[in-house]
Amino acid sequence: MIRLEVNGKNCRLDVPHDMPLLWVLRESLGLTGTKYGCGTGMCGSCTVIVSGEAVRSCQVSAGDVRGKVITTIEGLDINHPVKQAWISQRVPECGYCQPGQIMQAVELLTRNPHPSDRQIDEAMGGNLCRCGTYKRIRRAIMEASGNVENMP
Amino acid sequence: MKTPLSRRHFLKGCASGAGLFLAFRIAPSCFECSAVQDILNGTPERFQPNIWLSVTPDDLVTIRVSKCDIGQGVYTSLPMIVADELGAAWDHVRYELAPVADEYRDPVWGEQVTAGSASISHLYEPLRKAGAAAREMLAEAAAGMFHVPRDRLVAGNSALRCVDSGLSLSYGKLCARAAKLPLPSDPPLKRRDQFTFIGKDLPRLDIVEKVNGSAVYGMDVRIPGMLHAAVDRPPVYGGRVLGCDMEAALRVPGVEKVGVIDSGLAVCAASLAAAWEGRNALRTRWSTGKYPWWDTDSAARTMQEHLDRQGVNKISRGDVEGAMKKASVRLRADYVLPYLAHCPMEPPNCTVHLTGDRCRIWASCQNQTAMMDTAVEETGLRPHQIDIHILFSGGSFGRRYEVDFVREAIQTARVCKKPVRLMWTREEDIKNDFYRPGNAARIEAGLDSRGRLLAWRHKVAAPSVYRRIATSLLSDGIDPAAVEAIHNSVYDFPAVIVDYVEVKAPPPVGFWRSVGNSHNAFTIETFMDELAGAAGRDPIDFRMDLLDREPRARRVLELVAARAGWGKKNTKGRYLGAALHLSVYSYVAKVAEVSVNRSDGTIRVHRIVCAVDCGQVVNRDIVRAQMEGGIIYGLSAALKEEVRFAAGGVVSENFNDYEPLRIHEAPDIEVIIVDSREKPTGVGEIGVPSAAPAVANAVSAACGVRIRRLPMTPDRMVRLLSRRVG
Repeated sequence: MIRLEVNGKNCRLDVPHDMPLLWVLRESLGLTGTKYGCGTGMCGSCTVIVSGEAVRSCQVSAGDVRGKVITTIEGLDINHPVKQAWISQRVPECGYCQPGQIMQAVELLTRNPHPSDRQIDEAMGGNLCRCGTYKRIRRAIMEASGNVENMP
Repeated sequence: MKTPLSRRHFLKGCASGAGLFLAFRIAPSCFECSAVQDILNGTPERFQPNIWLSVTPDDLVTIRVSKCDIGQGVYTSLPMIVADELGAAWDHVRYELAPVADEYRDPVWGEQVTAGSASISHLYEPLRKAGAAAREMLAEAAAGMFHVPRDRLVAGNSALRCVDSGLSLSYGKLCARAAKLPLPSDPPLKRRDQFTFIGKDLPRLDIVEKVNGSAVYGMDVRIPGMLHAAVDRPPVYGGRVLGCDMEAALRVPGVEKVGVIDSGLAVCAASLAAAWEGRNALRTRWSTGKYPWWDTDSAARTMQEHLDRQGVNKISRGDVEGAMKKASVRLRADYVLPYLAHCPMEPPNCTVHLTGDRCRIWASCQNQTAMMDTAVEETGLRPHQIDIHILFSGGSFGRRYEVDFVREAIQTARVCKKPVRLMWTREEDIKNDFYRPGNAARIEAGLDSRGRLLAWRHKVAAPSVYRRIATSLLSDGIDPAAVEAIHNSVYDFPAVIVDYVEVKAPPPVGFWRSVGNSHNAFTIETFMDELAGAAGRDPIDFRMDLLDREPRARRVLELVAARAGWGKKNTKGRYLGAALHLSVYSYVAKVAEVSVNRSDGTIRVHRIVCAVDCGQVVNRDIVRAQMEGGIIYGLSAALKEEVRFAAGGVVSENFNDYEPLRIHEAPDIEVIIVDSREKPTGVGEIGVPSAAPAVANAVSAACGVRIRRLPMTPDRMVRLLSRRVG
């Protein structure tokens, strides 16, 4: 049994310790907002926040995050400033990578409420968007900047 | 595109809800409605005048969308067209997916397919008429209730208002009465200045679900009792199984079945992890395949060698030979462009539940007709026994026009006799794509003593996309995609010859965002700059001379030149390059602002200014988004992408060696949209073609080398630059 806290709920799961967190979230908990894109940590579609840090959930195992506090896209209120900025800047096209982009942006803005363009590049460089919404992602981060506090 | 639509699609309307059911048939150039049955029983609960919309007493307007969302926004843009003519209040509008059914086949393609950037252009008139017909029926109903003539009523905001009394009735209150009225055969359409939504920046209807993580993609489908499947496929083209350890796979805990399907060995298990582990446990030994000599270099060499062969002539106009003889300057260039993968962020996947007399399929897809045809073929069931559920697509770019993964999933469901979800990994996606074909081209042109173009000779040697997809469209063996935008170029060539040589090569090839335009815009537009250079002319002026009959092309070029500061002194080591392209009847011009690091060969694209004339715009922000996204897709290919082959198979694996453009490599993009009164034309693909040549032309301006191969990787740039110095 592995105990996790996911989106404020305590979960006890009977999953192999080496099962990637991505599949624990998607298959065991039904939290399908977190997406598979490459399985190798190179695209960022599976990004979630573990104890305040953005991680590639395909690269950490259930055992690695035992007892930790995990936030997925579903755990972020729709009124969260980053989600609201994503809506007002009309970022998504296909939308598939956007949960990962949003979680990465949440971590960035929590750490650094007013990032520069270069800091945005550095933080978001690991998150691929094949639809090419990068310009809007940048604008949404700028819009949300300064509004993100007390993030998980 | 097997069967062009005839008038055979005589429709029964929708099966759900009571109300007035009407037949509605569409042909490419017309719209006809006719009442076939009036099955009013008691009080109708919904007003459903045709296959595209319904109005319910709660004032909700539900608009059906026959196209798939692959990121391009059709769940918003298509409802906007109906809602505008209907006079609906936008916050009352909902969208729903149309079922896979004959009545929803594209009126031009004859298939229910999302392709060719044609969703708006093919449905604009039919959807306007559908909305207008419903509006007129509601107006007739209101006229009856108010006892006033129709012309005293104004429709808008989901209500009909009487201009004399000021009284109004909402559509919800009118729908019962409207449902009893005859459908007008030729409802009046709004004038352009009466549009309320068309041309505006309405937010997408699917945006919130895509931001909060609740949008359901094919990958997210879960059905009770379902197994997970993984397929082991040959690593080389034409590879056959020499041996495998099925027992070992079956010993993996959770693995339930292993079976042979057309594409390889399917492993079905209780969990995805077990399916993958079972696949590894098979330790399948494959034959060396049919093409062990095939690798990245031989792919390029084969195409280049084909340029020396006699081609099939697509077009021959004017005296090219004579013009070339008397030309003061003759230029010739050979180009070689690589195979490319689609790499949608969501890899192919499909869920199937097969029972005796029913087949249910869930997938993200852009080709419903092919899904249905494949399901009929694989199961032997009739279409009414097959339920197809289309989910959001995590990108597609042409990949999900193919339904190979649907066929695999159905065959796998037959193997395991349980509901099953087949999911591809990224590696499987990159190795088993229907690639954008590689391409070689040779262009020769002659200029007179004043630097004016006399003749253009263009030969393309490339694999054919259409030979597999639609052989009937290969006229005289010429692949339509390979020569598109050359024989029917936007430029007025005084004399022109276009030839095609088909290259037979192992990789399957398919439609990749903008198809042949992606090659031909690059070769034509970079060669244009070479010619302008040889003529001592400004590249944009040189193009303008060939555009006397194309005012829309001239306009987009003028707009980007003005906005980008074309002709002004370059600052900070930044150089400009321009490109123009006409595809799917839309005009796009771009100016790229670029700097080149001569020591490490890296190219930095700082800014792209883009002007587009796609006729009447439906949703301005979606057009802008499609241009931004298309430009990034085009730049990604221009700078980074190339599928690599070795020993008869694909060796590119994942985003480590097939890496799309990232945010720190993405330029600032400005999009200028021409306020056009022409009919709407395509948008989804047109951002792509002119991106690569605009950058290549800027790179040439920066360092004097000509780019004749893509991608423009730092390695390749260093080699080019050193050759120039040496």
